[in-house]
Parts: sequence; structure tokens; C-alpha cells
Amino acid sequence: MATTSLRSTFRTPRLSRRFVPVWQRNFLVWRKLALPSVLGNLADPMIYLFGLGFGIGMLVPEIGGVSYISFLAAGMVCSSTMNSASFEVLYSSFSRMHVQRTWDAIMNAPVELDDIVFAELVWAASKALLSGIAILVVIAVFGLVDSRYVLWLLPLIFLIGLSFGAVGLVITAIAPSYDFFMYYFTLFITPMTLLSGVFFPADQLPAAVQFAASLLPLAHAVELARPLLLGKLPDDILLHLAVLAAYGIAGFWVALGLTRRRLLG
Amino acid sequence: MTDVPAAIRDLARASPLEIRGLRKRYGDNEVVAGIDIRLRAGECYTLLGPNGAGKTTTLRCALGLTRPSGGEILLAGLPVSERAREARMRVGVVPQQDNLDPDFTCAENLLVYGRYFGLDDATITARIPELLAFAGLESKRDARIQSLSGGMKRRLTLARALVNRPELLILDEPTTGLDPQARHLIWERLKQLIRNGTTVLLTTHFMDEAERLADRLAILDGGRILTEGSPREVIAAQIEAQVVEVYGDWNGAGRESRSGISGAQAWAEAHAGAFARRYEVSGETAFCYLDDAAPLMAHLAEQPGLRYLRRPANLEDVFLKLTGRDLRD
Repeated sequence: MATTSLRSTFRTPRLSRRFVPVWQRNFLVWRKLALPSVLGNLADPMIYLFGLGFGIGMLVPEIGGVSYISFLAAGMVCSSTMNSASFEVLYSSFSRMHVQRTWDAIMNAPVELDDIVFAELVWAASKALLSGIAILVVIAVFGLVDSRYVLWLLPLIFLIGLSFGAVGLVITAIAPSYDFFMYYFTLFITPMTLLSGVFFPADQLPAAVQFAASLLPLAHAVELARPLLLGKLPDDILLHLAVLAAYGIAGFWVALGLTRRRLLG
Repeated sequence: MTDVPAAIRDLARASPLEIRGLRKRYGDNEVVAGIDIRLRAGECYTLLGPNGAGKTTTLRCALGLTRPSGGEILLAGLPVSERAREARMRVGVVPQQDNLDPDFTCAENLLVYGRYFGLDDATITARIPELLAFAGLESKRDARIQSLSGGMKRRLTLARALVNRPELLILDEPTTGLDPQARHLIWERLKQLIRNGTTVLLTTHFMDEAERLADRLAILDGGRILTEGSPREVIAAQIEAQVVEVYGDWNGAGRESRSGISGAQAWAEAHAGAFARRYEVSGETAFCYLDDAAPLMAHLAEQPGLRYLRRPANLEDVFLKLTGRDLRD
């Protein structure tokens, strides 16, 4: 009995094109506030990039043959993509699910919960991409971008957004209130950011810590983004892509199951 | 779909919603304990019940939003939950809790909602003026949701539920929390829809709402249907024709024999049984149910201090008889 219900709760996602109007709904809201939203998402990484980039850059002449600020740029692209997607699926999706009851309204129409959660995920990645493009434009203006492979960053940013969006949706599915999200940031996002080669190369860390970081998605995002931004091809491309995709797929599957249990019980 | 016999399918075609033997359990708590409902096309059917009677759960099951523990449901002729999504194409829903999109104007709310039904923007945009007019919100087309009153929000929610031109409209306590003017306006609109052939299923705990709108109603409690029929049938079948409410002080003969009680209660214990088929005392008032009130009225006229009110029995009397007078919290 218990296993049957568990199996039906975590059954294969049933997706349809009906996720599109839900995505459109979120896009329409975003469009009304697009400028402040992009500027807001831009401010934080830029402050870090130029603050740390110049400050630490004066102490550290170069890392791996490039200036510290060039090294940091890729880290900032990845971490701000992660943050943008995470904030969207945590605070904004939670508002729509729990506070405004927007999802309830949508489910009364011929749209399934599977479509809604998928739309939230794709939207979070889309929003991360919109912010990511803004960051790329700014760092390109400051000459921190080698243009050879930079366009590959666009699909990569979208994938990073899907990965972290999916993991964040798991947290949203079990969150009793907004306060809960602070734990996720403090206990997961922040330590991961410090261990994944965003601010400094991870290869100087103890082997055990490096191994732990290699199990988390952000390190793989950075391993792909940094060479691409510096005009080189990354190593182990398929491995890194596979880890990001695995987090995305597994995260979405679990998040959808938990959300079904929460809303369709 | 293939295992549903053709005869049942044909029957269902006529019924916008058919529920058979519906059960829903949460742990050991059986919220819906075997409900059968068959809506007739074009009627207004009302589920009447106290809080926690199972009304909302029944609606959620009917829409395929929660999986029943047992029973069969056909919505718009299609089996739920297998084809619930398809069935909801032909249904409109006004939920209990307002969930309009606060980021959008009235018109945007309708546009965005219509897209969920797969309607293209041109079709929805063409319908918006008529929907806003139906809701009496023509002047609020570009107003933000926060600026609307409770009644306006309810009307917009009703308009939103009509964006797909549904055959069946389901409303969960549509007038709870509204002032009398707003309630009357909602009732007028619902009557208009019913007149034009829309089938309406609504839940309420307001008797006047049920009496005014329902072609048929069911009184629900503890997850079961206690009685079903037209308001008049239900009253005739379930309760005596007349009610006399007795309250106030009582100084009549016999009151000294009962210690600790006073007023209408003392009177009722001494005399009510002699006149009324059934009576009950709630607080300071004795309710006497009888077919012929004349002898009781004659008796009461001679009781000093007592006050009384005679009226025909109504749905509320039936409701209280069937579901009791205990508070439901």
C-alpha cells in the first residue's frame, strides 16, 4: 500500500506543451519589472567582480596565466546564474505555489501540476539566462571576454539554471515558509560557492574537500565556463555536462514527486 | 477508456458530472464516505454542508486534483483521473479562496487564464470585453487586482472561470465573505448562466443561497449525503411544516417543579411535548416542530412572560435537524 502510493507519487513526469502558457505568465510578470530585475541581478556579481577583482588582483598578479579579475569573471557568471535560478524557484515559486495560490488557479484549467513545475524550472533557467547575458555584456565591455567560444556560455548558463532550479524546487516542495530558504543558502549554496573554484582555484584544497566539491554541480559549471570565457576548450566536457544534467533531471523528478505529495494528496 | 461499456458512456454524455461511490481517506480519517451524485445538464445542483462535511474534497476529486480512495467519476463524460485534463477543458471553476494574479490587471488576468486552455490570444482578446461586462467590470479593465473590492474580485474570478465557455461551472462557496449587495449580484449572474444552459454545481453553507439557486440540493455531513432533492422536496420530506420558536421568561404553572432550569427550557420540558411532534432547546430558545401550530399558539397566548415566533419550516431547520447544532471548527 505504502509502496504503491510512493510509486505513484514519484511516477514519471507527464509533460505537455501546456507548460508554455505557464512560462509565458511568469515572463509577462518579469517583463513589467524587467529593468529593475536585470539591474538587481547585475549589481551583486559586479560588486564582487570589481571589488574582489581589483582588490585581490593587486595582491595576486595572476592565476593560471590570466589576471585575477579575468579568473574571477567566470566564477561570477556561474555563481550569479546559480543564485538567480535559486532565488526564482525558492522565493518566487513558493509565492506562486503557497502564498498567492497561483498554481491552484492554473490546475483548475487543463494544466497538470507536472506542467506547472516544469514551467517554473524552465522559467528559472530562462531568467538566469537573461541575467547571465547582462553580465556577459558588461564583462565584455571591460575586456574580460575572449570572444572565440563565448556564445557557448549561453546554453551553458541555461543548463546551470536548470540544474540549480531543479535542486531548489526540491527545497520549495518541502518548505513550510520563506525562513526555510535561509538554511539552504547558508548550509548549501554558500559553502559550495567557496569550494567550487569560484573565487580561487580548488586544486589547492585538501583532496577530501576537492572530492566533496566534485560531487556538487557548481564546480562542474565553473570547469566549463572558465575556459570558454578565456577562449579555450574545457577538458572533460561530457563529464561536466552529465553531472549538471543529472542534477537537473534527478532534482526535477524528486521535486515533482514531493510537490505532488504536498498539493495533490 | 476501452473498458468502460458503451451503455455507461451514453448515459454519461447527458450528465456533466457523475460520481459513484466516492470515498477519500486521509490516514484513518474518512473525509468522503461514499457519495453518489449525478448532475443533469442545465441544472443548478448545490452541496450544502457544515465546515468539514467533505464538500471541497468532493469537488477536488471531481476535478482530478486529488486521487480518490475509491469510487468512479465521470467529468464531462470522461473518466477522472485518467482524462481529467481533457475534461477540465469544458469546465469552469470558481475556487473558495481568491487566487487572481496580483501582478496583472483585470484584462491580463483573463488573457493569461485563457491561454491555459490553449486558446489563442486573438480569441481571448475578443472575449474579454464581454467577460468584463458580465462581471460589471468594464471600467476596471486596466485596474490592478489590489485595487478591487472583495465583490469585484469574486466577479472577476467568475468571469475568469467563463473564459473557456464551460458547460459546467463549479463554484466553491462563491459568496462567502461578501456583503449583501455583492452576493445578490453574484446570484443574478449565476441565474443568468443557468438560464442560458450552463450546468452549475456549487457548495455553500448559506441556506438562502441554496434555496434561491438550487434546482436540486444535497445536504452533506461526515462525508455522506444525508438527503437530496429540490429544496421544497427536502423540506417536505425531512421536517414538519411549522416551527414555533419560544423564548423569554416563563412564569406559568409547573415551573417550580424543575430546579436549575428556567425560562423557555423549563416551559419546554413541562409542555412542549404535548403540542409538538418534536422539539429541541438550544440556548435560551425552544424550537417546536409541528404540522398544526394552532393549539400551541393558543396555549402560548396564555403563558405570561414567554415570547414566541411562528414561521414555516425552512431549509435551515432541515440542515440543523440533520447535522445537529454543534459548532464545527
